[in-house]
Amino acid sequence: MSDSTSTAGSRAFDIDAIRADFPILKRKINGQDLVYLDNAASSQKPSQVIKSLVDYYEQTNSNVHRGVHTLSIEATDAYELARTKVAKFINASRPEEVIWTRNTSESLNLVAATWAEANVGEGDNIVITAMEHHSNIVPWQQLAFKKGAELRYLSHNDDGVIDLAGAGSVIDSRTKLVSATHMSNVLGTINPIAELAALAHEVGAVILVDAAQSVPHMPVDVQALDADFLCFSAHKMLGPTGIGVLWGRYELLDAMPPYMFGGDMILEVTYEDANWNDLPYKFEAGTPNIADAIATGAAVDYLTELGMDNVWKHEQELTAYAMEQFLSMGSVKVLGPQDPALRGGVISFIHDTIHPHDLGTALDQQGIAIRTGHHCAMPLVRSFDVVAAARASFYIYNTKSEVDALVNGISETEGYFSR
Amino acid sequence: MTGGTGGLGDMDELYEAIILDHYRSPRNTAAVEEPDIDLEVNNPFCGDEFHIQLKVEDDAVSQVGITGRGCAISQASASLLAELVKGKSASEVESAVDAVRRLLKGEEITDAEADILGDIEALGGVRKFPVRIKCALLSWVGLGDALRDHLAK
Repeated sequence: MSDSTSTAGSRAFDIDAIRADFPILKRKINGQDLVYLDNAASSQKPSQVIKSLVDYYEQTNSNVHRGVHTLSIEATDAYELARTKVAKFINASRPEEVIWTRNTSESLNLVAATWAEANVGEGDNIVITAMEHHSNIVPWQQLAFKKGAELRYLSHNDDGVIDLAGAGSVIDSRTKLVSATHMSNVLGTINPIAELAALAHEVGAVILVDAAQSVPHMPVDVQALDADFLCFSAHKMLGPTGIGVLWGRYELLDAMPPYMFGGDMILEVTYEDANWNDLPYKFEAGTPNIADAIATGAAVDYLTELGMDNVWKHEQELTAYAMEQFLSMGSVKVLGPQDPALRGGVISFIHDTIHPHDLGTALDQQGIAIRTGHHCAMPLVRSFDVVAAARASFYIYNTKSEVDALVNGISETEGYFSR
Repeated sequence: MTGGTGGLGDMDELYEAIILDHYRSPRNTAAVEEPDIDLEVNNPFCGDEFHIQLKVEDDAVSQVGITGRGCAISQASASLLAELVKGKSASEVESAVDAVRRLLKGEEITDAEADILGDIEALGGVRKFPVRIKCALLSWVGLGDALRDHLAK
């Protein structure tokens, strides 16, 4: 891994070389070349990440933080090195601020069950946007029910752009937490996190960022955003499933009660009582997901070598190209910002006659994988007066010719259903 | 990319002509006045939703109205259901629901059941697309439960 903190990358952004790193892209689906456009749900994995998992189990496998033997020491070092890589990737001020979880949902639930449980009381309010994933709605709804607190929503316009001017009156002196998605998994909207952080901090609230859709795709700097908590999942950024990250400011994490109790998270246990280990271990009870943490480090290496600036630029180009193609079709309506500069590479769309599931099945027959449904954002999708939408989402290995394949695939499907 | 519908592979098995016909022109979509059974069914996995209304007289379905939003499969299935249940007794409907379940799972149905199901046999093509079985079953599952509840009253 390069020692530079730059997001420019040390490897050329060569799309053919990148594609050659992903074994699954050689697969045929229903006899056709795979066109994988469901990256917002989960990304594919390069052989570097897969090899890291195999190497760990073949060469290093052991428990961490426990033994004095060679394998345990090597496993511990690799596990902690991965944490350091993640910390640097998001510009955390120290690695102890990076807590391994199962996924973004668990990271959000951890904050709800510890920090919010201790800091949100009756009459207080929590502010989220109206474009959140269920995982950034339901924990706060439940907490609000339990505490007698109020859950408030920041509104957005028809283009899916947050009403920042109106946010000042929603966030008030009783606001304890503002929790917002950095990039909407449905609309593709990139939200003004730094501005929301300033509004939150003005009233003494903290800001949590659901970065599940942003960290994989763009440079994210937790200090520049002035965030307090930030969550994401490895499997959407070339890493394995089953592992995610909660980043939090050291002072906040340090003051929070533990989430789970057990091994590794204690400093001392007597028959009568126990006290807690230091960060990050206070939040990592039990044997952690060692192999997947190490493989997450390999995924971070891969992205760092490409450079997140280059990753973002590639996706912006693809998104602009796809938006242009979609708008020229006439039969599809794209949800979210129409200006490609305001959005990421997640394009949800509604066909004027073909239901998303019929489209999804027809595209699958042509080897094209898209997501269909409510995208774990039922209230948002229903606000467009539909029950479901189709979604294409891009990553580093996607090409303009795959966008063409999608557009052709939609035309083929139109032909099929109008026969 | 293959030209024409050739690139669409096995689509014809799922979208038989009779399915597309019911999808484009769903039957029995008018609201039923003072229905005995009035239920909303939805599939939380995809968001599809249907509103099913039945009038039951002398232990048989006298009127049926189904409206909703969903894919071609769930809409055609709801329309086929509406055609089938009219005039049927509660127990006949329950038997038909059971036969449809088995049909969609790829299990055997008897010749007598096939006669009762008629056009509905076209839904059997969903077997090759297991992820779409839920679409085909959506309105049927709700109906079975509602009739059972109505009979228990």
